[in-house]
Amino acid sequence: MPETATGSSTQLWIDVAYLVTGVCFIMGLRYMSSPKTARLGNTISIGGMAIALLATAILLDWSRAFWIALVGVGAGAALGIYAARSVKMTAMPQMVAIYNGCGGGAAAMVATAEFLKSNPQTSPVPFDLAITSVLTAIIGSISFTGSIIAFLKLQEVMSGRPIVYPGQQVVNGLLALVAVASVVLVTIGIDTVPAFFAALASALVLGVLFVLPIGGADMPVIISLLNSFTGLAAALTGFALGNNVLIISGALVGASGTLLTLMMGKAMNRSVANVLFGAFGTLQTTEAGPAGSTGSGTVRESSVDDVATMLAYARQVIIVPGYGMAVAQAQHSVRELADQLEKKGVVVKYAIHPVAGRMPGHMNVLLAEANVPYEALFDMDDINPEFPNTDVALVIGANDVTNPDARTVKSSPIYGMPILDVDKAKQVVVLKRSMKPGFAGIDNPLYELPNTSMLFGDAKASIDKLVGAVKAL
Amino acid sequence: MNAFHLLSELTVFVLAVFVGLEVISKVPATLHTPLMSATNAIHGIVLVGALLVAVVATPTLGPVLSVLVVFLASLNVFGGYVVTGRMLAMFKARPAPPPKPASTEAAKP
Repeated sequence: MPETATGSSTQLWIDVAYLVTGVCFIMGLRYMSSPKTARLGNTISIGGMAIALLATAILLDWSRAFWIALVGVGAGAALGIYAARSVKMTAMPQMVAIYNGCGGGAAAMVATAEFLKSNPQTSPVPFDLAITSVLTAIIGSISFTGSIIAFLKLQEVMSGRPIVYPGQQVVNGLLALVAVASVVLVTIGIDTVPAFFAALASALVLGVLFVLPIGGADMPVIISLLNSFTGLAAALTGFALGNNVLIISGALVGASGTLLTLMMGKAMNRSVANVLFGAFGTLQTTEAGPAGSTGSGTVRESSVDDVATMLAYARQVIIVPGYGMAVAQAQHSVRELADQLEKKGVVVKYAIHPVAGRMPGHMNVLLAEANVPYEALFDMDDINPEFPNTDVALVIGANDVTNPDARTVKSSPIYGMPILDVDKAKQVVVLKRSMKPGFAGIDNPLYELPNTSMLFGDAKASIDKLVGAVKAL
Repeated sequence: MNAFHLLSELTVFVLAVFVGLEVISKVPATLHTPLMSATNAIHGIVLVGALLVAVVATPTLGPVLSVLVVFLASLNVFGGYVVTGRMLAMFKARPAPPPKPASTEAAKP
């Protein structure tokens, strides 16, 4: 516990406040389990955070260092709120990634401060402080630099394709070894300070290197994993500081992040280890040329009027959205198209693959923004049996999650990943910007099937044209 | 600081992990993105730790790094909650009756 001038009864009340915060966070997450109460849950969570911060404010020495809190919180709140308000909905995944990295970096710095405060140069560091602070420094640092790389990849400052080089696994392995050796040295008290900083440095580099080879298709898994890392780092900070609210909150986040990561891995039929180390790394990443050059088969290009007629006279249409819809900001147009079709008596359903887009539920959020009723959204397992009875599957900028190679071609990097069975629909219409392969860099034989037709162009522009054409029919 | 102390903290940690798993396993896929964002904001609680090490008479990290640690943690808290709020705002009741008759029941939050 921090030694301050305040008496132990003050400390007692502060601990009570921290307990209330912990309960608020748990209730907040509990209310997140239904769309109807989710916003209340977020409000409760904010309330819990405010209580913890106010209680902490009582503990602080405001006499000389108030400006640190003023500048730090002021600038952080201003920039954080401004950026979060001004970004487009499609940029939300990278916002989550970067704020997650900030938390991880802060946790690593707090642990470093607490470690240095115990005068490790002159006196031996207590075992519990040594192990928790060095582990926080490592996990927080990996989350910090890893999240920054994830942010740069999603923001497309960096290529979203896997970045690979020879000996990658060996380098990562050596860095991990350095980190582990440093933990041992810090805890048994040999060369404590240099070992601590060796751990910190190796973790910072490791964070960069372990996200570099991961392609865009796997980004949801990585953001989720890094989120749980930061949670774990926050919990460990709580151990180092002897602070229960940090332990409880961090454990909640660590547990949820891990569960989400595993759920996503399961959805892709890949273990998390396979995502991290198998990656799409060793694959060729040849750039595909313009339309028609992807393989032996031929690609049938269709026109707006043809597609509009096909849709308007269908009995059931299933819309399969993917990242392309997010990029083109096409969700409102999609909704409009669905409205027009429903007016003509067509049944419209949406098929949501668990890893479509760049985050779990990415498509749900975008479609919710466009006021698509969530009763119309169907999970993969619920919608797949419906494709054979569907007249048109309208694929909007989704690629890898519809690739039939995942079922049959053992050599395909996505072999075994459950996919949406769009190829079983009577007609498939694929809206796509060009014949470039998806983020995973794999060709999709779906485009060469006889019942598939392609409509090239920006997803929003194409759908707007379709809306007009359907209206005119 | 001793083994008993560490063990009691570990107890709290392990129980909180189980609570976390239990609470979160009930969240539907629709809310996975807001959930990730919400938990992202919650680990902004590290701001408490940042304040405890930075806002003291002689901060261990020195003034510049102390401001930085508070800044980073604040970004996490405020940015995290605003992002979550924006995502959840999309799930609020729909005003006009959409084509699906089923959605009228969603009009009341």
